[in-house]
Amino acid sequence: MIGAVRERTLTPVSEADLSRMLRIRHFEKALLRLFEQGRLNGTTHTCLGQEHVPVAVSALLRPEDHVFSNHRGHGHFLARYDEPHALLAEITGREGALCNGVGGSQHIYHERFLSTGVQGESLPVAVGVALRHKRTGDGIVCAYVGDGTWGEGSVYEALNMAQLWGAPLLVVVEHNRIAQSTPTGAQMAGSIAGRCAGFGVRHERVESVDVNVVRGALAPLADYVRREKRPAVFEASVHRAGPHSKGDDTRTAAELAEAAAGDWYAHYTRDFPAQVAALEEIERAFIDAAVENVLARPLSEWS
Amino acid sequence: MRVAEHLNRSLHALMESDPSVHLLGEDVSDPYGGAFKITKGLSDRFGPRVMSTPLSEGGIVGVGAGLALAGDRAIVEIMFGDFATLAFDQLVNFAAKSTTMYGRRVDVPLIVRLPTGGRRGYGPTHSQSLQKHFIGVPGLSVYEMSPFHDAERLFGEIFASGTPAVFFEDKVLYTKPMLSGGDGLHTFELRDGWAVIRAEEDTEHVLLAPGGLTDRAVAALRDLLLEDEIACTLLVPARLHPLDVTPVADVLAAARRVHVAEDGTAGGTWGAEVARVLHERLWGRLTAPITHISAPDSIIPTAAHLEARCTVQPADIRRAINK
Repeated sequence: MIGAVRERTLTPVSEADLSRMLRIRHFEKALLRLFEQGRLNGTTHTCLGQEHVPVAVSALLRPEDHVFSNHRGHGHFLARYDEPHALLAEITGREGALCNGVGGSQHIYHERFLSTGVQGESLPVAVGVALRHKRTGDGIVCAYVGDGTWGEGSVYEALNMAQLWGAPLLVVVEHNRIAQSTPTGAQMAGSIAGRCAGFGVRHERVESVDVNVVRGALAPLADYVRREKRPAVFEASVHRAGPHSKGDDTRTAAELAEAAAGDWYAHYTRDFPAQVAALEEIERAFIDAAVENVLARPLSEWS
Repeated sequence: MRVAEHLNRSLHALMESDPSVHLLGEDVSDPYGGAFKITKGLSDRFGPRVMSTPLSEGGIVGVGAGLALAGDRAIVEIMFGDFATLAFDQLVNFAAKSTTMYGRRVDVPLIVRLPTGGRRGYGPTHSQSLQKHFIGVPGLSVYEMSPFHDAERLFGEIFASGTPAVFFEDKVLYTKPMLSGGDGLHTFELRDGWAVIRAEEDTEHVLLAPGGLTDRAVAALRDLLLEDEIACTLLVPARLHPLDVTPVADVLAAARRVHVAEDGTAGGTWGAEVARVLHERLWGRLTAPITHISAPDSIIPTAAHLEARCTVQPADIRRAINK
């Protein structure tokens, strides 16, 4: 069973990484705030507590690589493309939106980033794109999924084909211990490692809130996918520090406390208080200004 | 040339002329060449562009969509059209939706070939005609092979449209000859995606049917003309949905009775959608409501005498038109 992520001391963090983690954090917090104020339509799934994973991943990707994302994808997008205005415009249906407001929070297609709202659906598609990369160059496909996604049969069809055909597919699992409201222990028999072993797919697991540690663990695996043109699964143990969607958290006080203790933010604030405080001011102000800017724009148009 | 061989030659020609075309499916590689031999010779000739796959209908349609999205063109064969249900999510929620849900046009040049229909004794899960479940899905075209239409042209048309398509191929039609010119009684005319089969112009009766019904529809037309003295024109569209009746507007305008036949089971059918389209255009000129001929609301049994009861027969068509 996966317990709380515990870190004795964090390694020194680059300003770029910490800034991006904080930028995503404040983007997500702004969304929840807008919902509370009734200024946001529909729904959203924030990645609070998981921001360090896509920041760690994105530095290992090249411009030609494809990224497939899921319902909890704002961090995946913002770690790869520093375009919070365009993403916010998409979520709020304003001018300058990534997809003219049609896709919203969980259906984004921008350059080489694509997200869909159906669990597991993206993995077979990712295999197809990876096969094209294998044929045409050194690009790879990175597909983010959660632990809950492993209930879908499409995951296994995709893993099987990826391994059979040598698709350069890096599956990044953000294992946040909970699928909406169902603890992983109540929805997954066995383990992700065991399931990968069944297909002969290489699997690595990291349990750390340290962005450098996560990246360091992933780097050889990403290199293997690119060099050997084989699939691999990288499982990052994380905590979902926020609700599944908005105001729908039914976890107990103890469970919430454990999630909060496993949030990278708490660790970085403890170890690098001055660095966090300084950058946080900048990012908070930046996102506040972005919200003001985007919400003042005309509504998006779709023809 | 039989329809199966024509399809096979069309795939050869398509893959020869367009190196971006990839084909995937269960048991499609040589020497087997697919359950119905439609892909014979392709893997020997085009190597890795032809892939025999695991039994993963949803997965392989997803892979096809991924190839299409990344710049290739993909044809996925699903061994029996019945199994398209296993790929429904990839077709409806990914391939079709992706053409528009990202706020701009995204091309997904993907063809999912579906060997379909009964009359071969394969039983309830290998004999269905599931066309109706794909009618009215935004961003998805529905085609059906006929003995009149050139399959290579249809495949080219689908790819050029950038809209993914399901392509139904009747399994008995595979064994029938391709048709052109006429049969001594009727002339066969092709115009803009439609085949027009008739013994004389401006007939009072017009029958619309997908390509898989051709043999039974033409048999019914023959009996109607020779024994009942009723002249009826048969219209066969290559694209069932969206249906564009403009190219055959003159034939329809002359009609006083219109009939629609299909192999799907009764209820929520393609034919009902055709009737809706035609009632809007022809209301006031018709002397009776549009007649609908389909399989009954039933599974398709295995034994030949039972199966015949649950699939559309020439006599069913003749009887409905003669009413």
